[in-house]
This record gives sequence, structure tokens and C-alpha cells, in this order.
Amino acid sequence: MKAAVIVFPGSNCDRDVQVALEQAMGRHATGGEPLMVWHKDRYFDKVDLIVLPGGFSYGDYLRCGAMAANSPVMKEVVARAAKGVAVLGICNGFQMLTETGLLPGALMRNADLRFVCRDVTIKVETGQNLFTANYAQGDAIRVPVAHHDGNYFADDDELAGLEDRDQIAFRYCAPDGAVTPEANPNGSQRNIAGVYNETKTVLGLMPHPERLADPKLGGIDGRPFFDGLVEALS
Amino acid sequence: MKARVHVTLKNGVLDPQGKAIEHALVSLGFDGIDDVRQGKVIEFSLTESDPAKARANVEAMCEKLLANTVIENYAIELDA
Repeated sequence: MKAAVIVFPGSNCDRDVQVALEQAMGRHATGGEPLMVWHKDRYFDKVDLIVLPGGFSYGDYLRCGAMAANSPVMKEVVARAAKGVAVLGICNGFQMLTETGLLPGALMRNADLRFVCRDVTIKVETGQNLFTANYAQGDAIRVPVAHHDGNYFADDDELAGLEDRDQIAFRYCAPDGAVTPEANPNGSQRNIAGVYNETKTVLGLMPHPERLADPKLGGIDGRPFFDGLVEALS
Repeated sequence: MKARVHVTLKNGVLDPQGKAIEHALVSLGFDGIDDVRQGKVIEFSLTESDPAKARANVEAMCEKLLANTVIENYAIELDA
């Protein structure tokens, strides 16, 4: 299995996700380490997974992810996504994916206008064998969030379509798995924390599984996410 | 030619920043205020002198970058 992490000026979770993937690849027979690809590169080696990391690419100018969505490397990312290559966008990466149109909806300023930085619980809403291979549908998992613009918006028709096509990947929930308004950290519609594209080969989510993938970080709750992904793509 | 693009949130899209501004205005004692919406204005010069071509060009810029049409509307002003 080969992976690439795209690095933008202002990315700050690129190393974290590289290490999380590298460790997962090490636990699996596949071994190796992800390729780090600079945003100005128009081409990079063939990979099975492309990761758009968290951070504040281009200083969040204009709108979060808007500049990154139009950067040189993104044409190649969009072209490969169209061919079915798995693409994972975390936090700022999720914002980029909505800005490119690879994922529906948009991420707006948090409803209470505050930057939110804490662990949340998310419910695996749609089980599938790529991104949630190690989870069962309905599992509630602990993951950190750290964002100012994670308030997911889509119009009513789009939301109904997402529900019908099982494109809602994760919802914010209480520790027992109950999807409640209190468990929603940012005002996202229908507590949405992550969505898939129609073919479920592209996933964007606001929470950061890579920030809880090593005991030194305070927990390994995020490990099954990367282990499942590596397993599925190897 | 000068172009001015106004980007505003679509109706029905909640604007928490607009709401915060509204609360601040009310707490400053300004009465009778409702429906505050925040947006942005982007200005630039164009070498194109044909208004129709300039408008088409700026529309393309709005669709591609300046506005996110999932949540935002845009309005274009051109001054010769």
C-alpha cells in the first residue's frame, strides 16, 4: 500500500498523519512510509491513498480551503479521485474537499463563533470496508477536534440525498452514542462530522484520528482508523 | 475598468457572525435593527474595456474562486 500526504503552506497536521500512517503500515506487513508531496508539484508517484491534512493552508485566506482547492497539485488529486483513488481529508483537508466539489456541502464558522479544541465522540454512521473497516456501524469513538470552521452546511435537498445514499460517515454524539444537540460542538447540520462522496472513495471529516494514534498523544483511539485503512488498501 | 464583487450568504444560511454584530449593535443602544448579514467586498482593476466581456470574465472568477456558491451569492459592479 502506498500513500501520499499533500503538504500546503500552513498545513500543520501533515507530520502527524504521516506518522500515524507509517506506524499503521509498520504494524501491517506492507511497511514503508507515506510520500510527502508539496502543493506546487503537479505530478507525484502512483499511490493508493491521498491525504489532505489539517492545518491552515494559505492562512485560511478568502475561505478555509479555497486557495488549496485551486493549487497546482489539486488538479492531479481531483483527476485521481475521479479514477477511484481513495482520498481522505481531515479538518482543513475536509474544507478543501468541499471547496473542490469532490464532497458536497460547505464548512462554515462554528455556530458559537468559538474555536473548539477538545475530544469529542463520533458515531460511525455508515459502515464500509475502506475508511471504517475496523469499526462496526453504530460504534462511538473518541477523537479530538480543533477548528474554527467546522459547521457543516448543505441545503435540505442535499441533506436528504446524503441520508438516502448513506453518505453521512460520522455524526457527533454523546459518549453512549446518542446523537444529541448537546453533543454537537460546532452547529453542524444533523450533527454531521464527516461525509463520503457518492462512491464512498472520498472521505472528509473534521475530527483528527491522527491526533490520538500514539500513547504519547494520550491515547490510541485513532489507531483502528489507520489500521483498517492500511489493511483495506494492501 | 474597476470591478467590485459583493459576496453574501444565501438566504436560509445561518450567519452567526451577522447575529453577533446584531447583538453588539443592540447592546450599544441602536434600536430597530434586524437581519444583520455579513459579507465581503472584493475590488480589482481589469484591462478589458468591453463591459460584456468583463462581466463574463468576472462571473467566471466568482464561480471558480471568489464565491462558494453552495452557501454564497455574488453581485458584480463594473465602473468604466
